[in-house]
Amino acid sequence: MHNVTFKMGGIHPDDKKISSRCKIEVLPLPEKVYVSMAQHLGAPANPVVAVGDEVKVGQVIAEPAGFISAYVHSPVSGVVKTIGPMPDLAGNMVNHIEIEVKGDVWRDDIDRSTTLVTRIPDDTAFILDRIKQCGVVGLGGATFPTHVKLAPPPGKKADCLIINGAECEPYLTSDNRIMIERSSEIIIGAAIMSKVLGSCPTVIAIEENKREAIMIMSSALSSLKRMTDVCNDIRIQVLQKKYPQGGEKQLIDAVMDRQVKSGGLPIDAGAVVQNVATALAVYEAVQKNRPLITNVLTVTGDCLTVQHNYLFRIGTPLSFIAEYAGGVPAAAAKIVSGGPMMGKAVANLDATTVKGSSSILYLMEEQTKRRPETACIRCGRCAQACPMGLEPFYLFRLAKVDDYAALEENAVQDCIECGCCLYSCPAGVPLLDLIRPAKGNVLRIIKSRK
Amino acid sequence: MQKLLVSPSPHIHTELSTRKLMLDVIIALLPVTVLSVIFYGWHELMVIAVSVASCVLLEWAITKFLLKKPSTIGDLSAVVTGLLLALNLSSLTPWWVVLIGAVVAIGVAKMSFGGLGQNVFNPAIVARVFLLISFPVYMTTWAVVDPGNIGSAWLLGADAITGPTALTLMKEVHNVDSSVILQAGSAGEIYDWALILGFAYLVLRKVIKPWITLSIWATVLVFYTILYFAAPGEYLAPGIALFTGGILLGSIFMATDYVTSPMTTKGGIIFGVGIGLITVIIRNWGAYPEGVSFAILIMNAFVPLINKLCKSKKFGRA
Repeated sequence: MHNVTFKMGGIHPDDKKISSRCKIEVLPLPEKVYVSMAQHLGAPANPVVAVGDEVKVGQVIAEPAGFISAYVHSPVSGVVKTIGPMPDLAGNMVNHIEIEVKGDVWRDDIDRSTTLVTRIPDDTAFILDRIKQCGVVGLGGATFPTHVKLAPPPGKKADCLIINGAECEPYLTSDNRIMIERSSEIIIGAAIMSKVLGSCPTVIAIEENKREAIMIMSSALSSLKRMTDVCNDIRIQVLQKKYPQGGEKQLIDAVMDRQVKSGGLPIDAGAVVQNVATALAVYEAVQKNRPLITNVLTVTGDCLTVQHNYLFRIGTPLSFIAEYAGGVPAAAAKIVSGGPMMGKAVANLDATTVKGSSSILYLMEEQTKRRPETACIRCGRCAQACPMGLEPFYLFRLAKVDDYAALEENAVQDCIECGCCLYSCPAGVPLLDLIRPAKGNVLRIIKSRK
Repeated sequence: MQKLLVSPSPHIHTELSTRKLMLDVIIALLPVTVLSVIFYGWHELMVIAVSVASCVLLEWAITKFLLKKPSTIGDLSAVVTGLLLALNLSSLTPWWVVLIGAVVAIGVAKMSFGGLGQNVFNPAIVARVFLLISFPVYMTTWAVVDPGNIGSAWLLGADAITGPTALTLMKEVHNVDSSVILQAGSAGEIYDWALILGFAYLVLRKVIKPWITLSIWATVLVFYTILYFAAPGEYLAPGIALFTGGILLGSIFMATDYVTSPMTTKGGIIFGVGIGLITVIIRNWGAYPEGVSFAILIMNAFVPLINKLCKSKKFGRA
């Protein structure tokens, strides 16, 4: 089968997967963890522990505060020291629970063995509840609560479950590593989600630059198919290398050749997209009763001597991880949490890791410094690169004069903020810098009309 | 910890810059430039030197003294304009006519509109048309080159003999002595293969998309084929028509100017077909023997309309 991709726009930055061969190392426990109450999309969770409480690994420390919210579990064992606001990655003050680490005592009902459990529970309501109770959220970036996404609204049916192993952002390799090291668990996790969605066909989509992952996932899938019949409807689809392939709408277009309508949800096109790391978390939750308290993160950069992929306890301070990986390189001019295209630059490493943390990326000045803005030469490269078919040069001009009516008419609200426009501009025009807030304003205007 | 940059995403950017794009255009123009200097001698070299130098100096002076802004000559677009203007002129053009051309190109057509990116019309074309109307004699007097004696232009000077182009002959006497074809014309007009080499370079380097250029060629060929068979002997053969005059230079290097051409492929094709049609009409029924420059100028004016008409298709919208 030929390698597919999305049809509109996209760019081909150097993928820089320099940490792709670094095995996942288990990060030691820090002295303290800071667990954010807002590490999922939706309402921040409500703490259910008090200062001075002793907690075990995997114990619930916060409950969902609404329909779109999620449980939070203690990633360590120890004593709750403080509960209060602390700046998150973006500098917003968010409630955190500070826990002093003592030993490593786990809740006894968590199965910590490495035995592969292939039998999937029959009761889908039970599965969904397990996923919810274990605090599983989407680990591809948006951290949308998984149990909500796996329960489509009445009247809507999933024709296809896409497991997103595209990992199209340069530098990031955590998904690649778990596909290599936890392939069978990911496939079972996919089978569980497929079952919840009414046993819809499932496609595990992987970009062609991850050859080892494709090989290992394929052979794991064939041997699982020999062992059990739960994976019969799963196949692996190799994708061409193109950014932003991992975007939901782009991935659905690549795999199913369907376009999600503007303003619509993937389920409207009959698709549900879940990340490979989410599939692993679902496996752990349903088969092992293990809540989402760990994730894998890449520490990488051309100025870093040794690259790493770490299995970390959620809530571990970024500074602890950076220190353990050898300290911040002297040549680093920018530290990004996430990929270089959509990640967030941080001013310091005071913030803590959350469920969705995917990397600490060090960029050197010459790699990241923007060139001075010069006149737009109307070359059209931004429009060619836009995966949503927008005209960034025009949106930029409209955003400059706050023409929200024209911005809406020209579909600024469809922008996925992938950064392809700003990346491709030869004149250094800060397209997305102005389009992003304009989109926010237009979305608020649209919302206020309802 | 050292002070970290915290600008918003994306954190990496293309290596491409306006300067690099313009440099590629200059590289694509090198074969034809070198050939014309070899064949037309030091006259041609002078025209090129005066044109490029005055375009760059003018832009520098206008940004520094009139606009009081940082200089923009580093983007090399003034060099491209200067080179294109020179290749549009006869090697016999006096230096002061070249200078006037540069003033029109940079001063009027480019900087008074707001500089690179803001101009509606291609600066080199505006200058060429201005000179054609103001100094018709200089603009239609071509040096005749003896292809068998490359050194003659350098040793003897080529300005001793001047002659008309195939297009002028066709216009005036409806008969073309084939020995004239491909010998006389402005420097940029007579080295077809050097121009096509430049075109291939630009397309391979992805500096331009080929659609505008190809749609001009296709339109000219189709139109001339119809004329050729409708009234044999009255019109140039399609192949000769395409390779004569300024069609190659105009379609490859001036119609494809980003600033003054449509954004989308579909728009580019409409633009190209328009240029092709107007060129053939002017050539055969207009007042001038050559019409490419006028055609490009006219279609330049339509670009905002074409851009409105050919909006890109958006994802997830009918």
